[in-house]
Amino acid sequence: METIYLLTPLACLVGAIVAGLFGKRIGRTGAHRVTISGVAIAFLLSVIVFVDVMNGNLFNGPVYTWAVSEGTVYQIGFLIDELTAVMMVVVTFVSFMVHIYTIGYMEEDPGYQRFFSYIALFTFSMLMLVMSNNFLQLFFGWEAVGLVSYLLIGFWFKKDTAIAANLKAFLVNRVGDLGFLLGIGGVLYLFGTLDYADVFAAAPDFAGETMPGTETLWMTLICLLLFVGAMGKSAQVPLHVWLPDSMEGPTPISALIHAATMVTAGIFMVARMSPLFELSDTALNFVLVIGAITAFFMALVGLVQNDIKRVIAYSTLSQLGYMTVALGASAYAAGIFHLGTHAFFKALLFLAAGSVIIALHHEQDMRHMGGLRRVMPITWITMIIGTLALIGTPGFSGFFSKDAIIEAVHYSQQPAAKFAHIALTAGTFVTAFYSWRLIFLTFHGEPRDREKFDHAKESPWVVTLPLILLAIPSVIVGWIFVEPMLFGDFFGSSIVVRPEHDTLARLAEHNDPGHGAAWQMVAHGILALPVLLTALGTVLAWIMYIVRPDLPGKLAGRFSAIYKILLNKYGIDEFNEFFFARGGRNIGNFFWRIGDVKLIDGIMVNGTARVVGWVSSVVRHIQTGYVYHYAFAMIIGLFVLMTWFLSS
Amino acid sequence: MELNIQPILPEIFICAMACVILVLDLYLKPERRTIAYVLTVMTLLVAAGLYWQDFATGSAVYLNGMFIKDRFSDVVKIAICLLSLLVFVYSREYIKARDLFLSEYFVLGLFAVLGMMVMVSAGHFLALYLGLELLSLSLYAMVAFQRDSSVATEAAMKYFVLGALGSAMLLYGMSIIYGLTGSLDISVVRGIVAAQAAPDNVILVLGLVFILVSLAFKIGAVPFHMWVPDVYHGAPTSSTLFVSTAPKLAGFAIIIRLLVGGLEDLHFMWRDMLIVLAVLSMLLGNLIAIAQTNLKRMLAYSAISHMGFMLLGILAGTPNGYSAGLFYGLVYTFMGLGGFGIVVLLSRAGYEADELDDLRGLNQSHPWYAFLILIFMFSMAGVPPTLGFFAKLSVIQAVIDVELTWLAVIAVLFTVIGAFYYLRVIKLVYFDPPAVAAREISATADLRVLLSANAVALVLLLPMVGPIQEMCTQAIASVVGAF
Repeated sequence: METIYLLTPLACLVGAIVAGLFGKRIGRTGAHRVTISGVAIAFLLSVIVFVDVMNGNLFNGPVYTWAVSEGTVYQIGFLIDELTAVMMVVVTFVSFMVHIYTIGYMEEDPGYQRFFSYIALFTFSMLMLVMSNNFLQLFFGWEAVGLVSYLLIGFWFKKDTAIAANLKAFLVNRVGDLGFLLGIGGVLYLFGTLDYADVFAAAPDFAGETMPGTETLWMTLICLLLFVGAMGKSAQVPLHVWLPDSMEGPTPISALIHAATMVTAGIFMVARMSPLFELSDTALNFVLVIGAITAFFMALVGLVQNDIKRVIAYSTLSQLGYMTVALGASAYAAGIFHLGTHAFFKALLFLAAGSVIIALHHEQDMRHMGGLRRVMPITWITMIIGTLALIGTPGFSGFFSKDAIIEAVHYSQQPAAKFAHIALTAGTFVTAFYSWRLIFLTFHGEPRDREKFDHAKESPWVVTLPLILLAIPSVIVGWIFVEPMLFGDFFGSSIVVRPEHDTLARLAEHNDPGHGAAWQMVAHGILALPVLLTALGTVLAWIMYIVRPDLPGKLAGRFSAIYKILLNKYGIDEFNEFFFARGGRNIGNFFWRIGDVKLIDGIMVNGTARVVGWVSSVVRHIQTGYVYHYAFAMIIGLFVLMTWFLSS
Repeated sequence: MELNIQPILPEIFICAMACVILVLDLYLKPERRTIAYVLTVMTLLVAAGLYWQDFATGSAVYLNGMFIKDRFSDVVKIAICLLSLLVFVYSREYIKARDLFLSEYFVLGLFAVLGMMVMVSAGHFLALYLGLELLSLSLYAMVAFQRDSSVATEAAMKYFVLGALGSAMLLYGMSIIYGLTGSLDISVVRGIVAAQAAPDNVILVLGLVFILVSLAFKIGAVPFHMWVPDVYHGAPTSSTLFVSTAPKLAGFAIIIRLLVGGLEDLHFMWRDMLIVLAVLSMLLGNLIAIAQTNLKRMLAYSAISHMGFMLLGILAGTPNGYSAGLFYGLVYTFMGLGGFGIVVLLSRAGYEADELDDLRGLNQSHPWYAFLILIFMFSMAGVPPTLGFFAKLSVIQAVIDVELTWLAVIAVLFTVIGAFYYLRVIKLVYFDPPAVAAREISATADLRVLLSANAVALVLLLPMVGPIQEMCTQAIASVVGAF
């Protein structure tokens, strides 16, 4: 099995290297063949690993030792447990679908091979991240996916907005990564090792340890710092600003990286660190609050967006908030479950949106769409399936995972849980509204741009096939996995929950043991508040965009203040630009003028350089070229050494 | 006592092959001299294979204590074989273009390798001296190989005179130690010295200083470095390649054999001497390199400063330090090989390409070679993620571990100064307008491929840093553990 573990990421890496370095030689077809077969192999192997793990074969061991420093061993190794196996299958499956889809989507792009090389490299990095058995490799994967994300957001590097967006993503992620790195530093300092197993085993012994001179728990500090990393990567308020802008990248990337996999790395990481987070109630409450704010307020922004991809991007932010809340409520399993279902339906939504975008020749503004259901039936149906899953229609996958989160928060005893519960419940209404708004504006009504509409046609099979293949799990995974994942012992020892935090167990107590959990949830859910709110949102969207299309404009006029706030995304970008960017520039200018130019350049660098240069030109004359001078120098050296040591 | 020649089989093989090539040359027509070349390369390959196949697990002494076979010797010997092999491949075209493609060159090279092998395994003062002289004499001849070049002859003359002085000091030092202990066997000497080690033992100090000075001369540490720039610069680049690589490793090996194997109990004395040598080497090497306009001279001074760094590891006096020194030596020799390899690559008949100005704007005509230079220079400067960085990191760590933090600070400062002239090369290559309008490079495919591999390995071996360091640790453990 160890060979299989190793081969899974390497298959993708080989594809990436071949397509990247020899892209010109092997041509476009060669590039997609080699990367797709790499990812296909990785997917098949992941399924094998998944089945093997289900049979109880876990693995934790090093591949090799990278370095030893001061007694700390830095290893590259794999930890294969239930959590890893789920992530591997989700990542490789979505990646596989996106690879196929890309053949159609990037067909006319000159950077075809480069694109395939990047996404294969991404899959490799993501696999290294989820399969890691230590913090160092986790950090490697973390930075590597960040790098590929940066490269892909700016994939069209001649487009100014794309460059600005990838710079923004890079800078904002730096903030998160700094926290993450400090958190890892804290772990190393406290535990003296970076190995998961050792750290988790020792964690309970350090649970009460406070930082010298303060009342703060070490564990709280470490968890908060680690979570700052997760906030950057998983785009939680206030580090969310990069994600909507990342939509400048090609749509397959938005689906793969900025919806299904990379942005969920933060969720995965916190779930992986559950033995640490369980020890700090402060950190869990912080997680709850941040998640709840993201879930509700980002959904609101989604209401007023006109760019089809941005609506889905805000929806992603909001759904990431749901997952984060699940983590804060100690319902890690529910968070990961939602991560999995979300990966399928959100990738589906993005890819379907991409299908619309290519049909309309890179038109993304929904105000120029409408009526497309007649020409793009497959895209329409699959997107509706994705929407039904997203809004949590009873029976679809998103329903089970989202409902479980809301219920788990309901049972949570944490002080912040009440607030989170309200935010999430209200969020279901908003979610339903903006999702249907997107569907109605795009596929229903009359075409608003006749010319574009007339040229639109259904996308080729390489585009629609992934849509169909993603639509299937969007419907059924909930039925299959809800019971074992949420109420069974699916995650085994990979997720640790303290008994007093175990909200999912409390949720399970309300289930009647006689019947299947899935049926019970559906039966329960149909009459519960979230589903009613969802239905209300759906109806309202129908009224506003089908029955009375003039209403939205009137409402926007009536509530123009709120509308503007939402349109400006609460002004966070402006605040960042004003406070951090301008402030940073001013401080930078100050240090540049005074510190750099005058002190460092003027006195230290140029001064030293001048001295060094002068000394150097003098000293070189020691080398006279006369052999007796050389011999003399040797003898002198000998005598000096000798007298020194004899006299001392 | 039964004579067991099994452990010295590779040495016997190299010696026999050198003789075979020498005799064969009598019957070889000049245009078929490639046979001698191929035989030499094969010899080195086979020898490396023999060491690999019979890789030592512990430490064993043969031939009445003359010959030590341990992990350390095998690691260093395999490295020496590979380095020399690369040297011959790199320099083939160079010497062909200058009518130096003579079998004597290869025979001298093989004898030099044999000398190094004897040094590396020496368990006895005489064996050590014998190996050293065999190496030195071969090197003198190799430096003077271009007989009609007055610069080369002058360089060889200087090298010879100073080398004789250095050897005399070594002999003198050894004889003093012999006078004190009554033995030439290093392990016996160790036992007696351990009993007599005291700061006021004047005779021991005298012997130690003489030995140390000659060792410093052999690896070219300041103030016994004077020969280095002149020889590196004056010799044909093919010989510079040879002189500047494998012998440094052999020098490191005899330092380990003598100072660690024999005189480790005097560590409190030789530590301070090595500190002086190391600081001076790093200071002068880096400083004077800045003022050089000739690439070969610049690399010569850079070599001096690198030897200072290697000494840092040794002077720490801990197994960690020794293995850091070995790691540094291994990495440096392959970097230095690449540095001079670049000079060989760019030169052609009648054109040496060894002035810094010759590198101007190379990127515009040959981006790949410019990139190779970039890697070599970054690695020598110690910029991550090249191996050069890890080499510096490990010796500095070793020094900090023995609480010589000030020395580590100095080492880092000199690295910064050194970075200047390495980066200047990169600036010339990438940012300056081309010096020669159309530069043609006539290097053969094997040189191009191996030099590229040499450079790329400095970066791509990054994930292997751990295992390589582990190998060095084990090698040193076999030396230290033998007592």
